[in-house]
Amino acid sequence: MGLELDELLAMAKRCRRNIVEMTSTANAGHPGGSLSAIDILCALYGSRLRVDVSDPQWADRDRFIMSKGHASPGMYSILHERGFLTADELMTFRELGSPCQGHVDMKWCPGVDFSAGSLGMGLSFGLGVAIAARMQGSERTAWVMLGDGELQEGQIWEGVMAANHHEVGNLKVFVDRNGIQNDDFVTSQMRIFDVAEKFKAFGWEVKEIDGHDMEQICQAISWADSITDGPCCIVAHTVKGKGVSFMENNPSFHGKAANPEELIIAREELS
Amino acid sequence: MSGISTPGASRDGYGAALMRLSDDARVVVLEADLGKSTKSCHFRDKFPERTISIGIAEQNMMLVAAGMATSGYIPFASTFAIFTERAYEQVRNGIARPNIPVHICGSHGGIHTGSDGSSAQSIEDLSIYRTLPNMTVIHPCDDYSAEELTVQLLDHAYPSYTRTVRNNVPRTYTEDSVKNLRIGKGSVLREGGDVAIIACGVLVQEALTAQEELSQRGVEATVVDMHTLKPFDDSLLTQLAAKCGAVVTAEDHSIIGGLGSAVAEVLSSQHPAPLERVGVADRFGESGGADELLQMLGMKSSDIVAAALRCIDRK
Repeated sequence: MGLELDELLAMAKRCRRNIVEMTSTANAGHPGGSLSAIDILCALYGSRLRVDVSDPQWADRDRFIMSKGHASPGMYSILHERGFLTADELMTFRELGSPCQGHVDMKWCPGVDFSAGSLGMGLSFGLGVAIAARMQGSERTAWVMLGDGELQEGQIWEGVMAANHHEVGNLKVFVDRNGIQNDDFVTSQMRIFDVAEKFKAFGWEVKEIDGHDMEQICQAISWADSITDGPCCIVAHTVKGKGVSFMENNPSFHGKAANPEELIIAREELS
Repeated sequence: MSGISTPGASRDGYGAALMRLSDDARVVVLEADLGKSTKSCHFRDKFPERTISIGIAEQNMMLVAAGMATSGYIPFASTFAIFTERAYEQVRNGIARPNIPVHICGSHGGIHTGSDGSSAQSIEDLSIYRTLPNMTVIHPCDDYSAEELTVQLLDHAYPSYTRTVRNNVPRTYTEDSVKNLRIGKGSVLREGGDVAIIACGVLVQEALTAQEELSQRGVEATVVDMHTLKPFDDSLLTQLAAKCGAVVTAEDHSIIGGLGSAVAEVLSSQHPAPLERVGVADRFGESGGADELLQMLGMKSSDIVAAALRCIDRK
């Protein structure tokens, strides 16, 4: 799948609508961090990741590891675009028996390669996937998405150190730098300072981009693919709740759905 | 690198098992700076390309192992029992919940670890791992059984936790008799009709000594090496409860949550019988010799004898 820029932008808009609809239908979930991450997900799934909807467990597929597992509406909306989930299934989000569990779960949802929900674990899992691929001589790549609040977890830095030590050139990380976590802005909860400099200090190759500029995202993916001798990190500066005015940069919509009145406004803005 | 220490320490059995498993190219070993202690070092020396050094970072180790397991490998990850606990939530959410066959070995379990003191003496590991759905929990009593049971994990469909211990103890099994062991099936070592002593780990040898002491008093005991705490051999236990009418458990672990609790759970719901639990009685250990600590904490054969007699009185 290699979509053109305008097709990726159209896909992102459809995904944004689905993120808002499914969280509002469930009256729960995490729209803010899904909306901040969705442009990156569209670029990855629309132009880069080698996955096969007819064979979700294909051994040599690329792995996408959504470490910030609460951004599950974003993940489900892109999996729907790639044919792993039907539109009806999307709207069962968080219901009993749904493939769309509250947090992404590899045992419940085709196309999901990592069971998330507890922050800080996805990078380590991706490192294991990357080491395994290298040992097997496979070209598959591990792409990991981390939240910026998630960088407060100590395990992240265990993984950052180990990825450089093991010189994994097939491990690529996006940091969704939206500046907001559950309770409030990251700066008020626990400052994480200059994320790019931190990864550089651990020996990673780092690039900073506007995480809503589709062209920049696609270029950054190509840049990441060109790095083969060690891990690389793309710090994507994003806006939490991007695309829905009252959700943008608003900590309240980290883990809250739009109510029926708000949903009407959101639909108009995303039409 | 230290050599294989005098036979009898279950950690040596783990190290030997990894060497036996090495013929299978799917087997990989993960270490957190304690390979010399857990005995994965022998594998590392022979197969460095299949050994992943994680450094002192247990949380990272558990998820790296999980990632490798979903990519066609069978990871064996080891550190001290106590330090696996640091990564308990990683094991819970990253391994047990998605049911990824990662095999964790926690060495230096129990107060038997000795002079390193209470910070190193895990007395709750069996308890916490037993509560996780999908997990298999194993605690062998000597090197031969540790080797045999670890080898049987190769094609095990579930994640597992195996506790080994630091110090040598007399062997319970021979190279032949150990081949009869099966994960999930208790091993009957002595048969008697007055009381059943269900033991695991280093307390199996204490239980066997207790059986002899009881026999001299005219009391005949069954002794079981319950090397697998989960899945638990309910059937064997209820048969013995019916036959003996009194049950004693013996473990180098807190009496809360471990073997004693597993036995109590089965007895209370399936075949009520008097039960006495020998183990660490809700306290932490301290520095000292292994045998000194067993004595101080009431976990010697004489304590098992006393518990058996109390239990028989309660019939």
